[in-house]
Amino acid sequence: MAESRVPHASLPPPASTIGVVGWLRRNLFSSPLNIVLTLLAVYLLFVTLPPLLRWAFLDASWRGDDREACRSGGACWVFIRVHFEQFMYGFYPDGQRWRVNAAVLLLILGAAPLFMRAVSSKFKIRLGLGLLIGYPFVAFALLKGGMIGLPVVDTSQWGGLLLTLVIAGVGMTAALPLGVLLALGRRSRMPAIQTLCVTFIEFWRGVPLITVLFMSSVMLPLFLPVGMNFDKLLRALIGVTLFQGAYMAEVVRGGLQAIPKGQFEAAAALGLGYWKTMGLIVLPQALKLVIPGIVNTFIALFKDTSLVLIIGLFDLMNIVHNATTNPAWLGFSTEGYVFAALVYWLFCFGMSRYSQNLEKHLHTGHKR
Amino acid sequence: MAEHAPAPVKPPFWNDPQIRAILFQAIALVVTVAFGLYVFDNTQANLRRLGIASGFGFLSSPSGFDIIQSLIPYSPTSSYGRVFWVALLNTLLVSALGIVLATALGFVIGIARLSKNWLISRLALAYIETFRNIPLLLQIFFWYFAVLRVMPAPGQSLDLGKIVFPKLGLEEIAFLNIRGLYLPAPEFQTGFGWVLAAFGIAVALTVLLARWARRRQKATGQQFPLFSVSLALLLGLPLLTFWLAGSPLAWQVPKLQGFNFQGGLVVIPEMASLLLALTLYTATFIAEIVRAGIQAVSHGQTEASLSLGLSSSLTLRLIILPQALRVIIPPLTNQYLNLTKNSSLAAAIGYPDLVSAFAGTVLNQTGQAIECIAITMAVYLTISLLISLMMNWYNRRVALVER
Amino acid sequence: MNPLKTFTTAAILLLTASGVAQAGATLDAIKKNGFIKCGVSDGLPGFSFADEKGNYNGIDVDVCRAVAAALFGDPAKVKFTPLTAKERLTALQSGEIDVLSRNTTWTSSRDSAQGMNFTGVTYYDGQGFLVNKKLGVKSAKQLDGATVCVQAGTTTELNLSDYFRANKMKLTPITYDKSDESAKSLEAGRCDVLTSDQSQLYAQRIKLAKPGEYIVLPEVISKEPLGPVVRHGDDDWFDIVKWTLFVMVNAEELGVNSKNVEEMKKSTNPDVKRLLGVEGDKGKDFGLATDWMAVVIKQVGNYGEIFERNVGQGSPLKIQRGLNALWNQGGLQYAPPVR
Repeated sequence: MAESRVPHASLPPPASTIGVVGWLRRNLFSSPLNIVLTLLAVYLLFVTLPPLLRWAFLDASWRGDDREACRSGGACWVFIRVHFEQFMYGFYPDGQRWRVNAAVLLLILGAAPLFMRAVSSKFKIRLGLGLLIGYPFVAFALLKGGMIGLPVVDTSQWGGLLLTLVIAGVGMTAALPLGVLLALGRRSRMPAIQTLCVTFIEFWRGVPLITVLFMSSVMLPLFLPVGMNFDKLLRALIGVTLFQGAYMAEVVRGGLQAIPKGQFEAAAALGLGYWKTMGLIVLPQALKLVIPGIVNTFIALFKDTSLVLIIGLFDLMNIVHNATTNPAWLGFSTEGYVFAALVYWLFCFGMSRYSQNLEKHLHTGHKR
Repeated sequence: MAEHAPAPVKPPFWNDPQIRAILFQAIALVVTVAFGLYVFDNTQANLRRLGIASGFGFLSSPSGFDIIQSLIPYSPTSSYGRVFWVALLNTLLVSALGIVLATALGFVIGIARLSKNWLISRLALAYIETFRNIPLLLQIFFWYFAVLRVMPAPGQSLDLGKIVFPKLGLEEIAFLNIRGLYLPAPEFQTGFGWVLAAFGIAVALTVLLARWARRRQKATGQQFPLFSVSLALLLGLPLLTFWLAGSPLAWQVPKLQGFNFQGGLVVIPEMASLLLALTLYTATFIAEIVRAGIQAVSHGQTEASLSLGLSSSLTLRLIILPQALRVIIPPLTNQYLNLTKNSSLAAAIGYPDLVSAFAGTVLNQTGQAIECIAITMAVYLTISLLISLMMNWYNRRVALVER
Repeated sequence: MNPLKTFTTAAILLLTASGVAQAGATLDAIKKNGFIKCGVSDGLPGFSFADEKGNYNGIDVDVCRAVAAALFGDPAKVKFTPLTAKERLTALQSGEIDVLSRNTTWTSSRDSAQGMNFTGVTYYDGQGFLVNKKLGVKSAKQLDGATVCVQAGTTTELNLSDYFRANKMKLTPITYDKSDESAKSLEAGRCDVLTSDQSQLYAQRIKLAKPGEYIVLPEVISKEPLGPVVRHGDDDWFDIVKWTLFVMVNAEELGVNSKNVEEMKKSTNPDVKRLLGVEGDKGKDFGLATDWMAVVIKQVGNYGEIFERNVGQGSPLKIQRGLNALWNQGGLQYAPPVR
């Protein structure tokens, strides 16, 4: 029997999975639900973005010296320009502001080798430690003055971004070691030490930072002998450090708990004492594990510096807030807050990106 | 004859780890106690020197000031102790609402972040990265001093019923202006008790039904459409009673009288901006926690579930979420704690919470700084301990699923 | 360590604590530091206002400068701490500042239970209301149901409630920590009325974008004697602050001002001679320089000068002397004699 073999009409080619069309299909229009979501999202962007861009750029005023320049209906960036110096330096005297710039420049120059691939890691560690210990003193001497012919600039005149960075910088440098010590204490086998550390950590984690700052700023002298007093800034620094130190302790504890027991036993078998075991074996591994957590705490600390507004320190946040109440510039709150938000955002986002890079860089293949 | 090893030299006592441990602890304790006594002693001396009256007697004297928002009856003749409760309830109200809203938004954004839809996941990412990296205080100021300030004056209020649901006969009942959001307030009349009772019965029935359905499913494998039946029960029974009892509910509608709207429910802008900022800020963290939690469930689980023929929504509900929750809950607890503590930033915009009204106004009117701050801190510590305990309990329950 | 526990026990045990004065601690500390820690307000034109460089001026600021002039012969030896109404009393109690010169109302409970001493009255004031003209309100009695902005932790807050209660009116108060925030809220329409001491209302008004659109209602609902405050128990320090104030008032009464003080030293009036340290040593009694009163007048000025320069005709506020004129000119300012 003859069998006629009529070939089946060829099927249409499969939908393109490459190129723009394929990408669109895969990522935006893969199912009815996705199509709806995509359309919704596009609509949302269409409604919000153009007016936003028009406000921020197209209709915005950039030139001029007073509010008369801001009649276009868009954002008044003149407000920021006029107050820019104040936002950066606070009430730091005009003629002395080069000292702030010098301190920042010094830090950037000093820290630059740390970010270079070509520099040996041994040198990096030495430099890093040196900076960590030495820089605060140099910077303090430069900013506060009172020696080598620099006039004294009292800490109450420090302000703006400068103050924010000082609080954040000191807070970070002090909170990490404090956190490590507290975490070690919490994991300690000595019951008294453990209880003390747990109480300390839970106390600071349980109360709001603003009550801590209020206490440190106006009530502290009540707890001290007559006549004994510290600088207001120093007290805010101590408050912020203790508060974030407790959070840091919990992060570090997570890392410590993740180190397998074998590591401790191996260290003990090698005859290492407690501090050597911790310093050489456990902490390097534990801290590496919790880099994201540490950086998150740093970011939280950076954002928390804005709370010193409540105790009357003129950090970036307070100085912007203050400028928006300036009678000559009323009605430009949005611009002020957007500017401040942008500055905070740049620092925080930068930190989180850097931590992601660091994590990748330090990844030694032990991660499972 | 075997040679005896020389007896090990006993280490000097300061090198004996046990003695050292005791020594360390003793030193730590002594230092702590000494520090505590030192502070205590100084405080006592200072207070005595300044002639500041101390103690908690002030809590029963009349306050003499008004508070803009109070959940319990309050007037200037009420005591400072009453102010404490008013302030505490305000804190709890904004925290509780914040927790609910932030959790809902956080889960949606967290899941959106994992969406296969590129645009959606990017939008979620943009939202997270923006709001997470800006200080909360700044966000509160932004909403309060910049955004809510463009609202119209009471005379030009936006009539929400007219704008949102045009032509439904809902005009003139809900308004939005710079003084807040005014909504009609329910007024319960006699007979409403029956509706509540019906609701109670419906809840009880639902619980029984759920037990029965579970037992039946275990025995026979048959599923019962529990969700839709319970929903019908929970809504239907009270509604039916409501209708039978002759609709014992009236609405008190806000009316513009003089300077402000009177009557109705009002959400003041201070609370609205605080809530908005707390929700938007905390939701970013919750979204990241949810994302991490879902990603922690291995892909094999999804594949196994799909190969068993479960739909993708059932997979999410029955397989992924229960496992992800175990990873999600501990950090979620921390976020709830943070939100509660962050609600204290209310002080910056005049929302009468615990820190603003009690540790602020009362402290100032009475001068009892130590007492007020101690009480405030104790309250926050208690709240944080309670939330921790509750979450630990829940965590343990969820964790038991593991075999 | 658990600070909370410490505080609570401290608080409870202190129920039985009794007041024992210990003099001199503050004065000694000030002399050792070489400057006075002065608490001022966080921005109220005419009373205490920091310009863009962080330099303070105002009537409250000048009081602290005068005390510094009395103590150190140099009005610049003051460190100003801006405080919100909420922080001020705690800051003084704790020793964070030595003297509080920040429109603080003299009341019985502050003078007694809260451990303070008021050194005198720099400004006799009363509480008033600032409203937008557009509301058409002519009297405070028409404010039933109004939303009122008020500063947290002040006597103003208490008077406000009393006034509305007494007149059976409904009140919606919004309390802010900072006066700037109240002004901003009034401007935005968050509140109908801003209430504060009248002097402050004038100061707040010039901070608004359109001051002309706002009026101060005629009612004055309270007595607000404002003055510098020190801690209870530092009698020597208390005396110096108190008498610095009296010296300035006496100087105005005797016609001595910062410009003619050297000339007046040749005066034959025995009162002037005593005031300027030409006759008798009025410094020894206070532990100060012989001519300290003259130094205060020369470097800071007499009361009238301070008033006119900061809040009076020489300032944008243009407040009339009114109650703050000298007693022999129809006002209340009266100082005990230097003798």
